[in-house]
Amino acid sequence: MSVPVLNHDRLFRLVGTFHAAYARCIDDEGGTAWPEFFDEECLYLVTTEDNHRAGMSAGLIYAEGRGMLKDRITALKEANIYEQHGYRHLLGQPSIGVVKGDVIPVETSFLVARIMRTGETSIFATGRYLDQFVMGGDRLLLRERRVVCDSKQIDTLLALPL
Amino acid sequence: MAHLDKAIEAPSQWEPGLVTRVPYWVFQREDVYAREQERIYQGDSWNYLCLEAEIPTPGDFVATKIGDQPVIITRGNDGEIYGFENRCAHRGALLALTDRGHVKDFTCVYHAWTYSLEGDLTGVAFEDGINGKGGMPDTFCKAKHSPRKMRVTSLFGLVFGSFSNDVPAIEEYLGDEVLGRVERVLGGRKPVVIGRFTQMLPNNWKLYFENVKDSYHASILHLFFTTFEINRLSQKGGIIVSPDGGNHVSFSAIDADAARDDNYASQKLRSESDLQLADPSLLDGFDDFGDGGTLQILSVFPGFVLQQIQNSLAVRQILPRGTEQTELNWTYLGFDTDTPEQRKVRLKQANLIGPAGFVSMEDGCVGGFVQRGIAGAPELASVMEMGGDGTGSSESRVTEASIRGFWKAYRREMAL
Repeated sequence: MSVPVLNHDRLFRLVGTFHAAYARCIDDEGGTAWPEFFDEECLYLVTTEDNHRAGMSAGLIYAEGRGMLKDRITALKEANIYEQHGYRHLLGQPSIGVVKGDVIPVETSFLVARIMRTGETSIFATGRYLDQFVMGGDRLLLRERRVVCDSKQIDTLLALPL
Repeated sequence: MAHLDKAIEAPSQWEPGLVTRVPYWVFQREDVYAREQERIYQGDSWNYLCLEAEIPTPGDFVATKIGDQPVIITRGNDGEIYGFENRCAHRGALLALTDRGHVKDFTCVYHAWTYSLEGDLTGVAFEDGINGKGGMPDTFCKAKHSPRKMRVTSLFGLVFGSFSNDVPAIEEYLGDEVLGRVERVLGGRKPVVIGRFTQMLPNNWKLYFENVKDSYHASILHLFFTTFEINRLSQKGGIIVSPDGGNHVSFSAIDADAARDDNYASQKLRSESDLQLADPSLLDGFDDFGDGGTLQILSVFPGFVLQQIQNSLAVRQILPRGTEQTELNWTYLGFDTDTPEQRKVRLKQANLIGPAGFVSMEDGCVGGFVQRGIAGAPELASVMEMGGDGTGSSESRVTEASIRGFWKAYRREMAL
């Protein structure tokens, strides 16, 4: 599907709306619908700036296709054991690149606070989303999201997606 | 050195030689930590540093640590590997300020003292002063001032270092059986780094090393394993513990006959759901080593792990960061012979490991649960009698023999 002619302001608002819904899904709605923000054929990768710069292909999370995203949510809900915690995503203003074919490249900074069951709130991760959006009907979908964390260090575990 | 023998005034007795009980104070006390630095990391141990593949050409270096001690590992001008402290002999500043790189030499940023790739002091800024004034005295001899050098050794491309002149060669240190299991994974192959991640653990380093050696917990704590039948204790497998206790291997292979049994149902373990993967290609792999082995976790005292979980290969470096924090450095591996399809399998199966790993995320937390759980009970002790009180190899993985082996080695090295 080709990208309809959208002026920058309209695209900016669409991406902003997408980011807000994505963050709400993970932070406030349990993440069940998280895979639906992605195209059926997609890549979701969580990595670090060091790895990204060095061209390292392995990720902390590597999902190809919506099925693998669903499996991550299923595993978190049904199989994996971890202490209860939540995130609060704060997303920066999206920087929208040049549309190529049906792909809209967007880069957005993020800051994620983690709130533990025991009460500690800490900055868990900062970084940027390197996104490739496509239009799915009248809404945006992620063809690719590379979550590039600024720090090489992850505290304790990365369970919920970023 | 007299200070090595400072007594540890323990809040409870630890009966000499006992390895079925470990008092909780060993995970809590600063004096224990200090002795570990001196007797283990600076003592008769081999410490994993990096892969040869990370320093292929002269001038390449990696900066890491042995315990608290910052060190540099280089490929020297003669093609050999060198290791020395990451510390200027002048005033003690770090020489390398990045984790890795390529240099002609190391120049301290503070006063520009310069060291060769082999760790020798080669230049002192203003050594002769300026216009005949100032400068170092004539008696100053550069050859007598350099960071302490380490013994370094390479084992199938893994680089280990030691500050001890007494520790036996790495092959003897590992023992024949563990050595053979390193060769199984790396012998004749060239590993390629495909990712590096650091995980900070909220617990004493020994709690993580115990966890690595704990073949009993794997299919109980890690439900992803059992739910999707990647690994069960009833698979063919076993554990190997090196004669000195410090090194171990836990391994398994597919045993079709045991794939469906009722041991788990009868133990009321939480693994009887009928969950299916939406994308089962996660578990589609290939036989990396031609022997059907699906899992091999290998550890070397005091802080190295070589891991094969299906086609997910990694080395892990365990570094202490005070009594209640541990740095776990993951290096994810492939081989230079990987086809694009095989590499894709490794990328997918990397989801099993690391801080977000389907089968390893619990390991990042459980040490913290112990550290917090024992906070008020330094004088009490853990109980490790699964499989008896021995430290030998066994065909059963329902045993804590390899953890007891660790404590045997630990008590010996610590004189505790």
